[in-house]
Formats: sequence, C-alpha cells, structure tokens
Amino acid sequence: MKGNEAIAEAAIRAGCRHYFGYPITPQTEVAAYMSKRMPKIGGTFLQAESEVAAINMVYGVSAAGKRVMTSSSSPGVSLKQEGISYLAGSDLPALIVNVQRGGPGLGGIQPSQSDYFQATKGGGHGDYHLIVLAPASVQEMADLTGLAFDLADKYRMPSMLLADGTMGQMMEPVELPDKEPEMIEKPWALTGTQMKREHNIVNSLYLDPEELERINFERYERYKKVAENETRYESYMMDDAEICIVAFGIAARVSKNAVNAARQKGVKAGLIRPITLWPFPEKPIAEAADKVKAFISVELSMGQMIEDVKLASSCKKPVYLCNRTGGMIPSFDQVLDAIMNAAGGDK
Amino acid sequence: MTTEILIAGFGGQGVLFAGKFLAYKGLLEGRQLSWLPSYGPEMRGGTASCSMVLSDEPVGSPIIANPDILIAMNLPSMDRYEPTVKPGGVMLADSSLIDRKAERTDIKVFYVPATKLAQEIGTPGLANMIMTGKLIKECGVISYDSVEETLHKIIPASKAAMFEKNLKAIECGYNYE
Repeated sequence: MKGNEAIAEAAIRAGCRHYFGYPITPQTEVAAYMSKRMPKIGGTFLQAESEVAAINMVYGVSAAGKRVMTSSSSPGVSLKQEGISYLAGSDLPALIVNVQRGGPGLGGIQPSQSDYFQATKGGGHGDYHLIVLAPASVQEMADLTGLAFDLADKYRMPSMLLADGTMGQMMEPVELPDKEPEMIEKPWALTGTQMKREHNIVNSLYLDPEELERINFERYERYKKVAENETRYESYMMDDAEICIVAFGIAARVSKNAVNAARQKGVKAGLIRPITLWPFPEKPIAEAADKVKAFISVELSMGQMIEDVKLASSCKKPVYLCNRTGGMIPSFDQVLDAIMNAAGGDK
Repeated sequence: MTTEILIAGFGGQGVLFAGKFLAYKGLLEGRQLSWLPSYGPEMRGGTASCSMVLSDEPVGSPIIANPDILIAMNLPSMDRYEPTVKPGGVMLADSSLIDRKAERTDIKVFYVPATKLAQEIGTPGLANMIMTGKLIKECGVISYDSVEETLHKIIPASKAAMFEKNLKAIECGYNYE
C-alpha cells in the first residue's frame, strides 16, 4: 500500500467521515482514495474550490464535533495557514496532512522536509502550536494518523501529520487497525441545544485583551501537558553512542543504515528519531548532550530542525548539519561521511 | 538477506509497474520490502525509476545507492546507473534500445532485446515484463511460483485482458536465452 493510501484508510478506520481537499502532488492519492471510499460509507468527500475553502470546511465540521481532515502539500499548506490559526484559536481538533515537497514558492514535486519551521513554530499568526507527528514508514503513516485524531480530540487542538513525498509515494506492507476507534465526548460541540442546554460558542475573536491573554495562558498550560505526556521518539543504538544523529522521516531511514555501517567501521554512532516534532523530544537530546561527542542533524532542508537540536542540547556539543534540499535526499554515503568526519578524520 | 533492485527507463515503459509486480511477488513470498518510485510530472517520456528492497528483515532505507540488480530499459539509464551496481551484481539491459555493451567487467550482464521481442510476440509495450521474466530466471531472488497469483493481484478487474499478455511477456523473458 502506498503511504498516501495508508493515511486515507487509517483515517477512515479512526472514524473520520469528512474529508475536504484540493489536489496537489505528491499527496493526491489521499484525496483520490477518499473520493472512492467516502461515498460508500456514508461519509463526505468534497474537492473544494481552493485550499482556503477546504480548511474552513474542516473548521465547520470540527465545530460540529466530528472527526475531520484535510491534506495537501507544501504550497497548499501555506494557503491553509489562516484557517489553521483559526482552528487553534478556537480550540478545535482536526487533522491536517502535509506531504511535503521542495520549496519555497511552487518549488518542485520531489520530497522535502523544509516545512519544519512552518509546522512546528506556528505557521499561521498568533500564539499556538500543533501536535506534529513525523512518520518514517508506511506503517507509521497509518498508525500516526489514528494517533493524530486521538490526540487532537483529547487536547482540543489541531494536529499535523508531517510526511514527505517519499513517504507518500512509497509502498510497504502495512497492517491496519481493525478495532473500533474510541471517541471521546465533546460537550463543547455545536450540536443543537434542543432547548436542553445553554448555547455553545466556538470562536476565536476576543476583543478584550485581558480575556484573550487569559485564554492564551490557559491554552499554553494545555500545551505543557501535551509536552509532558505525548512526546514520542525512537532511540536507536544510543546506549554507548559517541555520535548522535537526529533525523526524522525518510532522513531517519537513510541515517539508520549509515549508523549500522559506521558501527561496522568501529565508530559508535546512534540515532534519535523524533516521532513528535512538536512537542520536540528535548529530554533525550539533553541527556545525550552529556554523553556524546557530537550531534548531526540530517535533514531535507537548509537546516531547520538543527535549531531545536542546538536548543535541546544547550549547545554543549557541536551540532553538524548533513543536508540536501529542493527535492534531493541525503545519500547513505553522505551521512556515513558526516559520521566519520564528526568522529574525527578517518578513524 | 537483502536484495536491492533498481529499474530505470523512460516514463511509459512500465518501470513502476514492473517494480510493483516484484513488490507484490515478494509480499506473497512473505518477505519484507519497500517500493519507491521516482519520476517527473510527465505521464510519458521523461525519466522514471523505481527502487525496490526485498529483505528477510525489516527494510532500512528504501533509497538505493548501489543496487544488486539493475534493469536498464534505455541508454540514459544504463549510462547513469551502470557505475552504481554493486561488484558481483547483475545488470539486465534492453538491447533493442541500447546499442552499447557494458563497461563493467565485475558484474554479470544479460542483454535482452525486450522491446523487439515484445512486438514480435504481440505484446507491444510489455518489454518491462519480459525483462522481469529474465530477472526471475537469472537472479534467483524470487521464484517463478505464484506469478499468476501476483498478476491477478496487481491487474485490476477492468483490465483483465492484460493478464494473458503480461503472463506471455514474463514467460517470453523467462525462456529467452
């Protein structure tokens, strides 16, 4: 199954019955899959007139308390940012999928990770975060889609699946969940009062600055809980590692092979793979900073996550960048060279 | 054991489909695998390639730097990827479109005039599956068993007529000496 199809099927199995989108390579298979399946199961598939329309349709369904998603690729996700900020400001859960391609501008159609800043630092205006999940296999494309819905509902905030063109286009065997999704109550949803309760209001407009400040502080208390409870990462060969690679998505797959090869050459390399990019796994990196000689941030960008690696490690050790961008992917050799250089010449 | 296979050619030559066939074949044999396409925005023309990793363990990187097996469907693909094949590896070249011989002497090379054969046996456009048949015969990575079952899996019911043709092309490649 293709990664994009795995997202779509996993979303349906997670109880998502409403999809709004607008086609763009390399994520179009998500929409194509939804267009086939949704009508058969009584769901909604709607190709909107634009990305902006699609994200605002997501807002509407989410306010009504239903699981809803949209998907796009980098330029399209930029268009959605206003709506994403409104979702965050209204405390509405939803899933936004970004199967990244090279940028900036229209860029290209090959894989990229250069929307890291946009995804993890807000993207739209105002004080807010998304839960950002970064799959590194087709299996995780499915698993993290389900998780993204659960976390979004639990913490009343939008979540983002930040994949790249490789993950979307790649086929791997995948096992899909076959148990009923657990839905939580949403007493805040706009479901009609039926004259039995007070009106619910979903809104992001607060003209009284004191009230807006209070709400933002409350929201950040919730973000703190997310960081405490939901930070996820994979640690590979880190017990005795001297060189620590930090990489997510496809970069982590390439890096894992390079770690194995470095170990065969006698260099103790390890890998920390963030699964949540926000909240970023600061703790394991801070701990590693006391043990390793150096960090290498492997990215499909000009170096974006590297800033978080430096922050998390308090710059106690050098942090090197190993990168390709614009749709290119760091090669196995490039990562291995970076490890050997960081380890000190031709050890 | 892990085998990395790269299939490369023009868009429209069925490079991705041949890879998909091998991927499903591997799946039916209970192996771990990844299938990664790479192509431009064109439906026809342009360059297309497909990287496949078949393994008994979970697949590490789906991106191949040095394939064990290369199927070169045209000259630009052979020019570009012949130097990357692992020493001791295998290259299969469509000799009806490639008019040069391999430069490497440390790899096994099979020349199959697949495009020409495909026309002769009445399955034009299926040079990809002729090459696939030859790969099954010579490389021992996957078995000939369950070829039909695999084809049923990847050919949609609406294109059932393509089943016989694909099978014929695979057999042609398998039996080509």
